[in-house]
Amino acid sequence: MDQLLLNQGFPLLSTLIFLPLAGALVMLLIRDQQFARYWTLAVTTTVALISLALPFGFDRDTAAFQFAEYHSWIDSLNIAYVLGVDGISVLLILLTTLIMPFCVLASWTYIKERVAAFMVCLLIMETAMIGVFVALDFVLFYILWEAMLIPMYLLIGIWGGPRKIYASIKFFLYTLTGSILLLVAIIWLYTANGYSFFIPDMMWKAYPFTAQILIFLAFFLAFAIKVPMFPFHTWLPAAHVEAPTAGSVILASILLKMGTYGFLRFALPITPDATTTLMPYVLWLSIAGIIYGGLTALAQQDMKKLIAYSSVGHMGFVTLGIFVLNIEGIEGAILQMINHGITTGALFLCVGMIYERTHSRELRSATGIGQHMPVFVTLLGFFSLSSLAFPGTNSFVGEFMILAGTFRHDVPLALAAIPGAILAAAYMLRMLQKIIWGGTDNPDQSWLTDLNRREIVTLAPFLFFVFWIGLGPQPFLAMMHSSVVNLLDQFHAYQQAIAAVGVY
Amino acid sequence: MLFLPELTILGAGLLFFLLTLGQPSSATVRTSAIIAAGAILCASLLSLSQEGELFYGVYRVDLFSQAFKTLIAAAALVVILFGNSLVGIKQDSRPEYYLFFFVSCLGLMMLVSSVELLAIFISLELSSFAVYIMVPMRQTESGVLFQMEAGIKYLLFGVMATGFMLFGMSYIFGLSGSTSLDVIARQLPSLAGKPAAVVAMLMIMAGFFYKLAIFPFHFWVPDVYEGAANETTAFIAAVPKLAAVALLVRLTALASPQGDVVINMLMICAILSMFYGNLSALVQKDIKRMLGYSGIAHAGFILLGLLTLKTSGYANSLYYITGYALMNLACFLVICQIAGTGQNVAIADFSGLHKRAPILALTLTVALFSLAGIPPFVGFTGKFMLLVGALQENHLLLVTLAAINTAIAIYYYLSVVRLAYCTDSTSQDTIETGILTNSLSLLLIMVIIVMGVSPSWFVNFAEQAIRTIP
Repeated sequence: MDQLLLNQGFPLLSTLIFLPLAGALVMLLIRDQQFARYWTLAVTTTVALISLALPFGFDRDTAAFQFAEYHSWIDSLNIAYVLGVDGISVLLILLTTLIMPFCVLASWTYIKERVAAFMVCLLIMETAMIGVFVALDFVLFYILWEAMLIPMYLLIGIWGGPRKIYASIKFFLYTLTGSILLLVAIIWLYTANGYSFFIPDMMWKAYPFTAQILIFLAFFLAFAIKVPMFPFHTWLPAAHVEAPTAGSVILASILLKMGTYGFLRFALPITPDATTTLMPYVLWLSIAGIIYGGLTALAQQDMKKLIAYSSVGHMGFVTLGIFVLNIEGIEGAILQMINHGITTGALFLCVGMIYERTHSRELRSATGIGQHMPVFVTLLGFFSLSSLAFPGTNSFVGEFMILAGTFRHDVPLALAAIPGAILAAAYMLRMLQKIIWGGTDNPDQSWLTDLNRREIVTLAPFLFFVFWIGLGPQPFLAMMHSSVVNLLDQFHAYQQAIAAVGVY
Repeated sequence: MLFLPELTILGAGLLFFLLTLGQPSSATVRTSAIIAAGAILCASLLSLSQEGELFYGVYRVDLFSQAFKTLIAAAALVVILFGNSLVGIKQDSRPEYYLFFFVSCLGLMMLVSSVELLAIFISLELSSFAVYIMVPMRQTESGVLFQMEAGIKYLLFGVMATGFMLFGMSYIFGLSGSTSLDVIARQLPSLAGKPAAVVAMLMIMAGFFYKLAIFPFHFWVPDVYEGAANETTAFIAAVPKLAAVALLVRLTALASPQGDVVINMLMICAILSMFYGNLSALVQKDIKRMLGYSGIAHAGFILLGLLTLKTSGYANSLYYITGYALMNLACFLVICQIAGTGQNVAIADFSGLHKRAPILALTLTVALFSLAGIPPFVGFTGKFMLLVGALQENHLLLVTLAAINTAIAIYYYLSVVRLAYCTDSTSQDTIETGILTNSLSLLLIMVIIVMGVSPSWFVNFAEQAIRTIP
């Protein structure tokens, strides 16, 4: 338990987890739609404000888990309710809590039917997502990881587009099937670890090599589907296209990060030997994802699909950064996780705003709206530039660090990733050109109204973070630095210990 | 006091026998059934902490048996409560239906207390014969006649399984010279590894495999589930399975000296049950058939706990079967409400349920997600603990196959949820549910969640109860 810095005062993390759930329970009694919207906005904003205590109280010089809470839960199996935050998870929690109020705002007029039920789903999602990032007991983690599927399934399946049933079932089956073997791996680790589900205790143990490979594969299946890595990505475009705007934003900004978070939190420390052995394959799969995502995005006529495939490419960069196993790579990957959450989330919000007006996601029907919606296309322009990693925006910093790390690891690999960056520019600029200017055959867009105040308020904070991280990323990097250094130190110490003993 | 629950239930049976002589109104029958079931539950709760032996040591009252009696009584009460006024049963035989219902419960209660082979046999037959008669009592107004087929199938398979069991019992008697489980338990270790003892034990288990619908004794399940009235199926799907698991726990404790052979046989049965049940359930159109096949798969899961041959494993099995009974009751509650006139319910009939009856839709969704093993419901916790227990005994392959089965099962549970929540059908009218049904649904949802989130107290209680078995 020495990895935990127990939180003596106010149980901050538990509050973050249970406040949305309590809000959802209250909503079960309410049927009034307008009240449901304001109430959910109030709850998510409160959670976001409370979570701001995290960066202020966060000790940047330690790699231990902070704000930790420990309560025993199921004694017979030694399952505990353990929470804690370290440099890897703290930014992801903030991302989650800060993005949720904007998801509520984005659904203000978009969702017209069964508003209360929709908001209940959003709140339960928030509980589960925060929980996944702070859980330090593997069973608690798994429960929240799986429980998340139900509200997300309902979000897509009830409020989704025309092919919602296909998309929601595909989403559910894919992610659930992927995580089934994760459960077996968890139980194996439990028996191998003196019957403990405490995650930090499982790390850096010299499990037999075959066992490590099998556990890594179980982890990989679960996390790679969630990321999603090529070739497990096929559920993503379907789910994105059919989901309502808030669903798409949650999916892109937070759910995808759980896969990469899983790699960092579990795969690396628990199966270090398997990671070293299987690293090349994962790296080249990431490259395949980057190139494939880029090429496919280039050919899309549907804006949501385009952004979905661009996500496959961007997340390829993140897994690339994680598995080059050096400090630039991993820090860049964590930063890029945040960047992707901000940028892609904002892009999905933008597409949702067009969709609310034209009721179409087709690129063709949105051509040439720059003339009539100047504010909108300005914001869209910034987010698109951020998405293609234009210098000065947030993604540039992240991608630059990842590429720097990759160059240090292996030059051919880094060269193979470069076309991905060019493809990103190509498909984003293509979309931007069509939306802002279009051609001579633009449909009549003169009836479109520009963004209203609520929509500008929704997008403005995203723009703020695009530039803050793009121009001054140091505060963000400082938060994760100790943990990443510690992760790599432990990794190298482990390798040396193994080499010294000569186990294999 | 030791015999109080059984006496109460016997009294209830006699009451309904008297009612069959007159021509009581439906409301009278229903009210008296609810009162009787409530009285039985109270009696079981009152005698929960009793201990002692009756009838020259044939009948043992201990925490284990009393806990099961309470569970059986509670499940019976729930079935009676949501059965409305038995629309699925012939008008003139409703009092008789309750008569047999209570007699069957009596048999099950006696079963969990029996510690002697003949007593086990008699109680099992008492409970089975009552159900054989309940199945064909379905009303024929809608022109369906396959309840007769179902009744005959149930009877024939049941008699066959009983035959197996008797044959095994005769072997055991021949080997140990006694029909008392205590004596047999003392004798068996000296017979360890003898083929006759192994065969005998497996044959006795076969009788309960039949009740629990474990492959290869499952053939009756789909047809009987489909053919019997919804209320009857609800009973068959939940209550006898509780008692069957109780007896299997007693018997596997006996079989443990036989070691690997028994474990391997149980393992094969478990794997085949899971795959057969889940794969067949994928293609069903009728909800009761689907639940029947899913029941076969869940029975396979229960074996996972038994084959650890450990107290904790047995406790997990008890937890799982209790959870399973709860989830099934919740599903059948919904089915009974949707089938307004007692007809069979196709899966397609659930479409747009969220509009027609929001509470029922929620109940169904919670029950199905729980059956599918999604946290935080009781189905997940139960499966999780069973898998942990089995992996502690190094059954890695079995655990992996079981986990894969969970993934297969998701699909068919999810397609029902999909119809209930994600499709709209404006054509069908809203379903009126009484306040009793609504509160019962909410109670079941609550219990499914609470048991799932904090399983400790139940498992501890179950372990404590199992330790009272000598």
